Amino acid sequence: MFRNSYDSDNTTFSPQGKLHQVEYALEAVKQGSAAIGLRSATHAVLLTLKRSTGELATYQKKLIRIDDHVGVAIAGLTSDARVLSNFMRQQAMSSKMLYNRPIPVARVVQGIADRAQTNTQQYGRRPYGVGFLVIGRDETGPHLYEFSPSGTAFEYYAHSIGARSQSAKTYLEKNFESFESADLATLIQHGLSALHDTLQQDKHLSTSNTSIAIIGPPSDEVENLASSGAAKRGNFRVWENDDVDGLLRAWRRSRGEPEDGPKEDEPAAEPSAEQAQSAEGSEQAPEAPGEDVVMSE
Amino acid sequence: MAMHAERSAALHELTSAPIQHAFNPYEDNGGTILAIAGKDFSVIAGDTRQSQGYSIQTRYARKVWQLTDRAVLATNGFAADGNNFVKKVKQRLEWYEHAHHKQMPLKSIARMIQTILYGKRFFPYYVYNILGGIEEDGTGAVYSYDPVGTYERESCRAAGAAQSILQPFLDNQIYFKNQTPEPGAEPFIPGNLPLSTVLALVVDSFTSATERHIEVGDGLEVYVVMKKGRPTDDLVGEGKLAPGMAVEELDALGEGDGEKTFLVTRSLKRD
Amino acid sequence: MNQHPAMWGHPMTPHQAFNAHTAFPLATPNPMRNQHASSPVSHTQQPLVTGTSVLGLKYKDGVMLAADNLASYGSLARFRDIQRLHPLGNHTCLAVSGDMSDYQYLKKELDGLLREEEALSLSDSHPALHPSQIYAFLANLFYARRSKVNPIWNAILVGGWDATKEESFLGYVDLLGTTYSSPTLATGFGSHIAQPLLREAFEKKAGIDGKGELLTAEEAEALLNECMKVLFYRDARSLNKYQIATVTKEGVQISESKSAETQWGFAEALRGYGAQQQ
Repeated sequence: MFRNSYDSDNTTFSPQGKLHQVEYALEAVKQGSAAIGLRSATHAVLLTLKRSTGELATYQKKLIRIDDHVGVAIAGLTSDARVLSNFMRQQAMSSKMLYNRPIPVARVVQGIADRAQTNTQQYGRRPYGVGFLVIGRDETGPHLYEFSPSGTAFEYYAHSIGARSQSAKTYLEKNFESFESADLATLIQHGLSALHDTLQQDKHLSTSNTSIAIIGPPSDEVENLASSGAAKRGNFRVWENDDVDGLLRAWRRSRGEPEDGPKEDEPAAEPSAEQAQSAEGSEQAPEAPGEDVVMSE
Repeated sequence: MAMHAERSAALHELTSAPIQHAFNPYEDNGGTILAIAGKDFSVIAGDTRQSQGYSIQTRYARKVWQLTDRAVLATNGFAADGNNFVKKVKQRLEWYEHAHHKQMPLKSIARMIQTILYGKRFFPYYVYNILGGIEEDGTGAVYSYDPVGTYERESCRAAGAAQSILQPFLDNQIYFKNQTPEPGAEPFIPGNLPLSTVLALVVDSFTSATERHIEVGDGLEVYVVMKKGRPTDDLVGEGKLAPGMAVEELDALGEGDGEKTFLVTRSLKRD
Repeated sequence: MNQHPAMWGHPMTPHQAFNAHTAFPLATPNPMRNQHASSPVSHTQQPLVTGTSVLGLKYKDGVMLAADNLASYGSLARFRDIQRLHPLGNHTCLAVSGDMSDYQYLKKELDGLLREEEALSLSDSHPALHPSQIYAFLANLFYARRSKVNPIWNAILVGGWDATKEESFLGYVDLLGTTYSSPTLATGFGSHIAQPLLREAFEKKAGIDGKGELLTAEEAEALLNECMKVLFYRDARSLNKYQIATVTKEGVQISESKSAETQWGFAEALRGYGAQQQ
């Protein structure tokens, strides 16, 4: 079970200069399903792959609204995410109350990073087992940050975390230079392509496992504005289920695939797709790490 | 003995008399508010003057606040308490939305306001509140409060500087007090007045209060909340409002597919 | 609230006689001094060294604020070279009346806050707090302190230029946490004497809705000079030595101290004022 004798408390360095508990926390992030984030000059978007813990369970939500102008995608321990996102909400609220100013995105991310860092330096505590992709918009424009349990917060043009996120990263690295000037529809299609690359061979993006969050001006082309006040205001909004059907179809069209998607995504075949996912969804049976990237510095 | 009695009397005077120079954390900033519930709408109004004694501090200070797509709150009394009270209510509403992914229903806001006010029972918000809006069953509603949280649902209520002028007028016009139907005519049923009549009553209330009360005037803001799907053609459109009045539909705070809120404005005399 | 400089910030009881001859704290009996030891504990506080009213005015290119250089100790003109205009960052300025020690505390608090913000902006390049945001912070601070019945004994004006919205800002906040905005503002005695003059001049050009053309910089400064002169004539706690702060998109500029031309010749003819006759 133990990797070595330096991992039983998180305040002792190994001779190799590692904090093993922190490394393990980063592994917890990799076991969560993938989340992708991209940013253009006007928008920031998050795309996540939802899992369900079993046939009888609903899909676990991975997108959390923090404030009108900030939202996060999570990968890892959902319960740790709840604690951290609640802290972010408090920070956002306190900025609004005290200064009548929406909290600058960098500062709310730095806030949780500082909290996570103290967990790596105090005896008897454990690091958070969750990673965030944070999107937001403030006076300095749209932003995308990654927060990780090691207490770091870095800004990205595009990034991915979670299971098999290296595949997505490969796609993003190949394409990110076009993101800055991309419109919302194109940005989302890049995101879907990256998200698709994190799937195992026999699995596909569907309306039930894909959810998308957007911050930035509304777009008639990609959004059903009538059903979301937040979208009309350009605030953080989440699209899932039937609302992403059009986006998935447009994306398949752009790849020259059948618009309806692969057969097993059709209603009749839906259960089998879910069944396959239930295995990877259970905490006890994490999928093989695959080609996941080493996330420490 | 007599001396002793005198001394204790003097002492008593010292301890029981209010200390003249103690800091008084309250102030009355004048102004008046009013709300009337209709069958499928609710009207919440307030003037925009904020004063202190004989001085007008500003001719435009907001007293009426849109809380959700179906709730509007009017505050009156000590302006600093009013502003900070509204801030607290809005904060609680946001946490509710985080937790429940929907806006708080009117009757729940009504109870929450009671709780917040009573929570400061021994250092009260010196604020008279009137909450108006649409209930979940689509009816127009008005809730009124005292500063420590006593509240009830009513058809209409006036509060603030000109309450004593306006409430008897509303009792007569909205509750038909001291009116008798003509022999053979339909009996009066409160709460059924059309919007145009209610708006006219609100405007007359405020122009009259402006004439007779020095703390009322400058501007009038009337919020009209309409039930989901209710036609708006009795408020919006050419010639629907008296001259000098303007109406705008306010942006929804939530999804925007339900109730509608309008803001009707008009100037009041500034003297 | 009592606006008389000698009773500044005290509650005004109903029907209280206006005593124009008090020279608090020297001539007003202090109730605390006579209180028996068994009296209830109270947080009674009073301003000691005070600054009299300050003025604020929106004009074409931004905001102007005016305050004289006097800090009084009751009726004694104690400190005659005090600056009561304080710049905060590049686009905000305070004008402070009321207790001068509380003013110094405020300066320290706000300068500290702005320094912290500046440090944060080094890593995230976020713009500094806008005038309205500094004002919101001040309003919260004043209201929090009044709610602890331990007020910050000031009435202040915040003037500023919002570089993002490209518009001027002017707001008032006092020891009760009371806030309001208006194109012309004045605290204390100035709210009685100068505010009507400011409103008249402002509305004459901009109209009562303020939508017309605003005063030019020259007109605004002349108006403030006039108001400071009238205040010096009528406010016994004022000094004919004052400064004007100008906040525009270019930044905050605080003038050198200056004086108004005054005429006191008429006083010679007044009975009981000039040389005694009769």
